Amino acid sequence: MSQQRNTTLYTIGFTAAVCVVCSLIVSTTAVSLKPRQASNALLDRQKNIIQVAGLIEPGTDPDREAIQHLFDQYMDPVVIELATGTEVDIDALTFDQTEAARDPARSRDAPPNPAGVKRVPIHGIVYRVVKDGTIDKLILPIEGKGLWSTLYGFIALDGDARTIRGITFYQHGETPGLGGEVDNPGWKARWKARKAFDERGNVTIEVLKKEAGPPEDDPYHVDGLSGATITSRGVSALVRFWLGDNGYKPYIERYNASRSQ
Amino acid sequence: MSRKRRDILLNPLFNNNPIAFQVLGICSALAVTTKMETALVMAVALTVVLSLSNLVVSLLRHYVPTNVRIIFQLAVIASLVIITDQVLKAYLYAISKQLTVFVGLIITNCIVMGRAEAFAMQNGPADSLLDGIGNALGYDAVLLATAFFRELLGSGTLFGVPLLTKVTDGGWYYPNGLMVLSPGAFFFIGLLIWALRTWKPEQVEEE
Repeated sequence: MSQQRNTTLYTIGFTAAVCVVCSLIVSTTAVSLKPRQASNALLDRQKNIIQVAGLIEPGTDPDREAIQHLFDQYMDPVVIELATGTEVDIDALTFDQTEAARDPARSRDAPPNPAGVKRVPIHGIVYRVVKDGTIDKLILPIEGKGLWSTLYGFIALDGDARTIRGITFYQHGETPGLGGEVDNPGWKARWKARKAFDERGNVTIEVLKKEAGPPEDDPYHVDGLSGATITSRGVSALVRFWLGDNGYKPYIERYNASRSQ
Repeated sequence: MSRKRRDILLNPLFNNNPIAFQVLGICSALAVTTKMETALVMAVALTVVLSLSNLVVSLLRHYVPTNVRIIFQLAVIASLVIITDQVLKAYLYAISKQLTVFVGLIITNCIVMGRAEAFAMQNGPADSLLDGIGNALGYDAVLLATAFFRELLGSGTLFGVPLLTKVTDGGWYYPNGLMVLSPGAFFFIGLLIWALRTWKPEQVEEE
């Protein structure tokens, strides 16, 4: 055995066999667990939406039914055409924006941008939080590059479409303890009551490298994360991108116009 | 259980602890020990990977060509880690999100490959399995002890249950901020190694 197991042919055969067996086992596991993982990810996304909407307290852990109940009760999602901001007739419940952005037929190349966004979908989703018949908040998906990974999250705007009510990221691979602090409830709370747009509707919100003042004196700035300059810069760029002309700005302008009538 | 087997299983706990004596696997020990919950899941994940990788490597040790043995061990370990990661994502989604990359990084945890190469390649499957479990328990013990003190002193909780009421919640306890940062784990593991070597002076390296 010890002689023949070091021949080239045996080595190649052995390696090939190990590779085939390992890949079979790994792919079987991955494929069979995929539906469960997908349903977990969807539930997690809904949980993040109702959390950024302020419908549940941060840190609480509602179960599957509670999340779905709150989501159905308050959320009125609508799919819009990003370029014009008009509503389109696409079922919001099955619309997957991330997938649409990957599909060449349903997306376009993004102009060069500091947020590292490569493709912009033609259509985007807006989660409108409806309370007592009026729109209380608008929740918009945001995504872009940090240091290591693409961050996926949501930003919540007040019914005035200007004041930020919350921000959250449901998926990212930033360094735990540094860039990973985008998950820190204390930091997320610092976004609240800041203004995303100035009076003339320009996107002005920005993450600084230092501390920002209180929202009433310094409404357009947010504290940077210490030890995470590039993640902070990425978050700043991605928020500005999705609130800007290539993102949801046309929709927000339409929304404001319809509100002032 | 014979004396030899008992030694294989229990030696890595105090006498030859992978973290405290061999100083391996420190990276994940620093990263996942801010909370008991993540530390426990990480401990279970590593125990599964380490014992199974030792078992598989030992079972096939007579068939592995010597010049590709490291690649072979890596393939086995990587497969086991991916499966563990997938199972966690399917059944413990919230915790798997907190553990982020660290489950995947078990692949590069020196303890796993160290035991495969140093023990499982030379010993039978039963001994190798015990060696895997023993070393994993040694790792787990340090991980859980570190997490216990870091969560208690850093957040005033254990498994998320508040025990020391924090000042911010109207209590008396000022949380130790150092404990929730990675250096806190460094200090704690340092103290642990010091205590262990005071108790067992034979672990002290010769100058």
